[in-house]
Amino acid sequence: MALDVLIVDDSAAIRKILRRVLIQAEVPLGDVYEAGDGIEALECLKNNSVGLIFSDINMPNMDGIQMLREIKANDLWKSIPVVMISTEGSQAKVMEAVSLGANGYVRKPFTADQIKEKLAGIIQ
Amino acid sequence: MTSSTITIQEMQELLIHSVKKSTANVFSTMLGLDVEAGIAITNSGSQGPTDGVLSLIGLTGPWMGTGSISCSPQIACKISSALLLTEFGAVDEEVLDAIGEITNMVIGNVKTMLEEKVGSMGLSIPTVIFGRNFLTKCGGSNGWTVVPFQFDSETLLVQVCLIQNDAGKQGTVGRLHRSGTDHE
Repeated sequence: MALDVLIVDDSAAIRKILRRVLIQAEVPLGDVYEAGDGIEALECLKNNSVGLIFSDINMPNMDGIQMLREIKANDLWKSIPVVMISTEGSQAKVMEAVSLGANGYVRKPFTADQIKEKLAGIIQ
Repeated sequence: MTSSTITIQEMQELLIHSVKKSTANVFSTMLGLDVEAGIAITNSGSQGPTDGVLSLIGLTGPWMGTGSISCSPQIACKISSALLLTEFGAVDEEVLDAIGEITNMVIGNVKTMLEEKVGSMGLSIPTVIFGRNFLTKCGGSNGWTVVPFQFDSETLLVQVCLIQNDAGKQGTVGRLHRSGTDHE
């Protein structure tokens, strides 16, 4: 079954790379939506059905942590798996994201295999 | 080791080690390229004049300052082509975005390594400049730790300047070094 995915990152380069990596990781992709920050991501969620979210943390306007808070506080969206992808590699930042309900955490730089491995436990 | 116990010399060595490790990791993982670090130096004062692409990212916390990557337009295009699997012949918005993201990853991983020694730090969003004959100076600091990397017979520079947030205790990284002092 195809999976509709939302990729949230202020870098268009990373959004493009993640699309490619998801294909390499053989994720059964449906529609792929992109957002440049947390605000754009929440707008996208209002208008589309999404089955998986990848999000950066450091972004302008609304960062990934605040976006995660908003998603997990919303009854319609809180069950959507969210995987954080960031250069923020400190244990404290990982724990913060996990405690807010993130389903996975991938540190940049990343490989297709790391994404695939992370998704194995999230999507069936 | 905490921020209060780390010396300027230790920070200098930590920066060089972190920049080398982080840059090699990012280029290998994201670009499939091996880069070789040259001899690191500490430059005092302003940098330049410089031509080409310069990407800057701010660091905050117990030590604060700026990290940067600078290279020629040709190298910027080659890095972007390798990252995005698209051929770039000239610097455009996509190339600037790609170099900004590479800077984010390289300096972001340096930050993570520094945090093990000095505590939590913050990272800004990168700013990328493409132009000719510009000078750069890190405000409030005298020194840049400069690590050159050979890339296709050209040089890419990864630079960091940091000052301890409580400046009254230990001063800046660069103050103990003369301009052009070699390391390793």
